Amino acid sequence: MKVGLFIPCYMDQFYPQAAIATYKLLVKLGCDVAYPEGQTCCGQPLANAGNEAASRGSYLHFVTMFEKYDYIVAPSGSCVYHVRHHFDTLEQTEAVKKVRAKTLDLTEFLLDVLQISSLPAKYPHKVGLHQSCHGLRGLHLGTSSELVNKPLASKLHELLSMVEGLTLVELDRKDECCGFGGTFSVKEPDISVKMGKDRIRDHFSKGAEVITAGDMSCLMHLEGIISRQNIPIKVIHIAEILNTYEI
Amino acid sequence: MMPHAQKAAIFNKDEARTDWHDASLWMVRKKRDFAVSEIPEWEFLREFASDIKMHTLSKLDDYLESFEKAAIQNGAIVHWAADAKEHNDIVLSILNKHQAKKMVKSKSMLTEECHLNEFLEHHNIEVIDSDLGERIIQMLNEPPSHIVLPAIHLKKEEIGELFHRELHTEKGATDPQYLTEAARHHLREKFHTAQVALTGVNFGIAETGEIVVCTNEGNADMGVHLTPVQIHSMGIEKLIPRRSDLAVFTRLLARSATGQPVTVFTSHHRNPKPAGEMHIILVDNGRTEQLGKPDFRSSLKCIRCGACMNTCPIYRRSGGHSYETTIPGPIGSILTPGIDLKKHGQLPFASTLCGSCTDVCPVKIDIHTQLYKWRQIVSEAGLPEGGNKTMMSIMGSGLASPSFFHRLGNIGRKLLRLFPGKERFLSFTVWTKDRDLPKAPVESFREWYVKQTKDGQ
Ligand code: SF4
Repeated sequence: MKVGLFIPCYMDQFYPQAAIATYKLLVKLGCDVAYPEGQTCCGQPLANAGNEAASRGSYLHFVTMFEKYDYIVAPSGSCVYHVRHHFDTLEQTEAVKKVRAKTLDLTEFLLDVLQISSLPAKYPHKVGLHQSCHGLRGLHLGTSSELVNKPLASKLHELLSMVEGLTLVELDRKDECCGFGGTFSVKEPDISVKMGKDRIRDHFSKGAEVITAGDMSCLMHLEGIISRQNIPIKVIHIAEILNTYEI
Repeated sequence: MMPHAQKAAIFNKDEARTDWHDASLWMVRKKRDFAVSEIPEWEFLREFASDIKMHTLSKLDDYLESFEKAAIQNGAIVHWAADAKEHNDIVLSILNKHQAKKMVKSKSMLTEECHLNEFLEHHNIEVIDSDLGERIIQMLNEPPSHIVLPAIHLKKEEIGELFHRELHTEKGATDPQYLTEAARHHLREKFHTAQVALTGVNFGIAETGEIVVCTNEGNADMGVHLTPVQIHSMGIEKLIPRRSDLAVFTRLLARSATGQPVTVFTSHHRNPKPAGEMHIILVDNGRTEQLGKPDFRSSLKCIRCGACMNTCPIYRRSGGHSYETTIPGPIGSILTPGIDLKKHGQLPFASTLCGSCTDVCPVKIDIHTQLYKWRQIVSEAGLPEGGNKTMMSIMGSGLASPSFFHRLGNIGRKLLRLFPGKERFLSFTVWTKDRDLPKAPVESFREWYVKQTKDGQ
């Protein structure tokens, strides 16, 4: 199975360790992974800022880069959501349709395609799980707390439950937004930061040593506040936790 | 108009108060969650309600005609108002016809939308908002900050202070029971002397021509029962086909709004009182235009429960007034750009697109998708919120070009490495006011990957 790895631009530059963990994990699980070096951006930042028309070029480039793979995997629910839902503005050629259908978030790829049921990963820490909104409510990687009749499980919970030594803390607000929101973080900096502070407080007050998520962008925002306020808590992408083993 | 972000920044200056506002509304959201969890078929009901509304909207003209016909048969007088001005003129003409100088009003966001109070006061008519929350903000001369809980932004101490000033309650009194009692006595007198009562409408039933008002305080009913002339102002999207459809909505409305199984009163008004007059004003005011926009049509399904406000993390931390619209919060941000794009075009950006509003909405309006779509329209129209178009299209071509893209990324990271802690220098000022930038690593993933695959070969 040929897997094309998509790494969001800011992860490539600022969080290579999370991208490396994703790559290594997929390789260890037996995938034939390649990172097409000509890749750029899924176009989400511009489109969410209202400039979908200007993003068209990057959409088409994305399709060209990835159409030859069986699956396109990204450690970012947000970018995956964008490809799956907002590439609907392109002409729906076979290539576009294939790319949209086969682009998956890392967590859904592990559970739904590779169907893993265990991992030898170990992470003896108290962890708070941040449910990134685009993954949760956009890709339905779990059931949001608004849909109260369904169990509040998510793919991220399922994967973290495979990790030895890891304890998940119970949060007051299980899936409130962290306040990043791309363009929102600079258009509405005051609320953005306030939302982030409130999220961090929830995790920290429950004894979490580490906040994890499926989207590094939420964590980048939270880390920025944590670092400014010197709060003794860390952020780490879920791929880095799942990759804590050697073979 | 001050930008939403600026209003929000002011709101956030008093962090303790922001926390209090957030917690009050989160409590309502939690009550809603609990009430909803008692209904195993909740998701089915949402779907059903959405279908009924979409169906009604698809044949709105037919249903409006049957509604009018049935209402006239019942003895009501039906008026059509194309916009706010026509609506207000109709109300005034009814008041003038009866030489009325005093009107009690209850449960109407539509009259807020039409700015009826100012208009009537200008014509020397006293309007008394009779629901407690509405009365409070009317005394303060403020608009509502929430569609169901209009005075949610006020603390009970502030209300005590206001009542002391206006109604001569004891100084420093904050007991809600005591204050409510004082308001009741004050309003009782108004009810007895008003000549006309106006209510909003939650549902209009096309089959029977009756209107339904859902309230907790019963003031809408009291007004209607005590005055000879009753007026019901109704947005044209409030129709549902049959009375039997109502059950679906009453189950959804109160649970979504406040976590109650049902509102205390669900009042059906069908005929005028003996020797009385019953007027129904059907108001368009931009609704048919919204109906004509396929991407935004479904926003007219809204039953005004307020749940999207209670769940919205931005609304909770910026307050309803920060939106400067009659309907604030997520639903307001998709309804109002259609009315005045220039004025309200900034609102679709006052969101992280987290989607909580969409999941909480009892009639399944895809609010966050519509926010995204409005952003595209705002930027197409060249409004400043959408960013500089030329700049964006240059950026767009850059993002489609690997060589440009990689150089840009590497330059950014290397600058950050060269000037750690000097982020302000790099004009990231908005981000870095209260946040640090990520620490730039020595090598990017791409560089690592290239090395790695070369070594492997
Ligand atoms: S949009 Fe939905 S959640 Fe918001 S007020 Fe309307 S019906 Fe309620």
